[in-house]
Amino acid sequence: MDGFSKSIGGGGPNVPAGSHPAGGSQAAAGGGATQRTQYPYVTGTSVIALKYKDGVIMACDTGASYGSTLRYKSVERIKAVGKHSIIGASGEYSDFQEILRYLDELTLSDHMWDDGNSLGPKEIHSYLTRVMYNRRNKFDPLWNSLVIGGVKKGPKGDEKYLGMVNMIGTHFEENHVATGFGNHLAIPILRAEWHEDMTFEEAVKLVEKCLLVLLYRDRSSINKFQIAKITTEGSTIYPPYSLKTYWGFTHFENPAQGAVGSW
Amino acid sequence: MARFDPYENNGGTCVAVAGADYCVVAADTRLSVGYSILSRDHSKIAQLADKCVLASSGFQGDIKALQKALAAKELVYEHNNNKKMSCPAMAQLLSNTLYYKRFFPYYAFNVLAGLDTQGKGCVFTYDAVGSYERTGYSAQGTGSALMMPVLDNQLKSPSPLLLPARDAVTPLSESDAVDLVKDVFASATERDIYTGDRLEIVVINSSGTCRECIELRKD
Repeated sequence: MDGFSKSIGGGGPNVPAGSHPAGGSQAAAGGGATQRTQYPYVTGTSVIALKYKDGVIMACDTGASYGSTLRYKSVERIKAVGKHSIIGASGEYSDFQEILRYLDELTLSDHMWDDGNSLGPKEIHSYLTRVMYNRRNKFDPLWNSLVIGGVKKGPKGDEKYLGMVNMIGTHFEENHVATGFGNHLAIPILRAEWHEDMTFEEAVKLVEKCLLVLLYRDRSSINKFQIAKITTEGSTIYPPYSLKTYWGFTHFENPAQGAVGSW
Repeated sequence: MARFDPYENNGGTCVAVAGADYCVVAADTRLSVGYSILSRDHSKIAQLADKCVLASSGFQGDIKALQKALAAKELVYEHNNNKKMSCPAMAQLLSNTLYYKRFFPYYAFNVLAGLDTQGKGCVFTYDAVGSYERTGYSAQGTGSALMMPVLDNQLKSPSPLLLPARDAVTPLSESDAVDLVKDVFASATERDIYTGDRLEIVVINSSGTCRECIELRKD
């Protein structure tokens, strides 16, 4: 049950040495053994999100790595879903594209019912949790951590929703969430500085503070970010931009200064 | 190298204590993974029927799936039998549901509690594959080893070998039982890293179900 055994972004995508027959049933004799366990190949790093006064704000960088190579630099890892939600993903990018196809089918049939009802973020979160959990049961997971945020009118007025689900189906709802390295670097900042009913400007400032820390400390992040917001008016995914970084710290200039011995 | 492990332990502890005409069920609300806290406000308690509540700790994905499966089966039972499931009936159903996945288990450590058909408190304690027992009290989860000895000391059941059979439920009053549960959680929170944040206490008695939350240490 070691949490670290699932860390992605460490080491290149090595081809597995042989198919892994854990758990699930093997194909009948003559059909060959079915490959079930996976390794992620093209991966996105952290996504962070938080609730603010008008809705939910979500942000991530636009990079996708192939092991330790920064292969793609303009990848959109946050997408709108229906009228009321946005979804962000870290992990295997092709699995995210697959999930977007499932969501397309879902929103299409929702549209075709044409009954005045539309899927909200809570429903989409629940649906994706079932999808992720069922794939995990077949030992064929979608290698992602998903963040779903949105606003929808409910019995108590406009209800903001923010939830997360990981590749084995662990899911929860919170005021602020982060995936991957964001869990370790961004969540402490969000826990200290988040409060109810932040304005959009305050929320963007807080998100940028987290993104900057991730940029400095997460090897797989790049200096090109996208912020997205969802309110009752709808979703907006802003064009990518960069943050100003500072590398002039005296310790960076002469890192060996003050080091004792051969370290 | 990334390697797929279908399980993770999201931590937390669950406790239940049965009384003469009440039942106290409690669980912390911390959801963890590895050394991180995912949420400080995640409930582990599910109400399956009128007088029947399930508290589970372990892998949260499996726990939610198990709760959904049981809720669905309970609804089918209601449609077929025109009554809600009793706690002892749900106890057997839970055991069967767990054993059904004997070779790819639900990683859930459960405590099922409520009032039996006579209105007396009942607590059923389970392992991950469905072996269960009716007891007077139980703790399951990451802090259970810290709590059970204290509960044994305070609520020690008479030996099941005695004749005539003695009651396993505690003679304590409802408020005393709730205080004991609060104390025992405060102790486990000190030493178990996965237990803490907030304690959710559900009390079931003849007038219904009532919920209370108290703060625990957040470190």
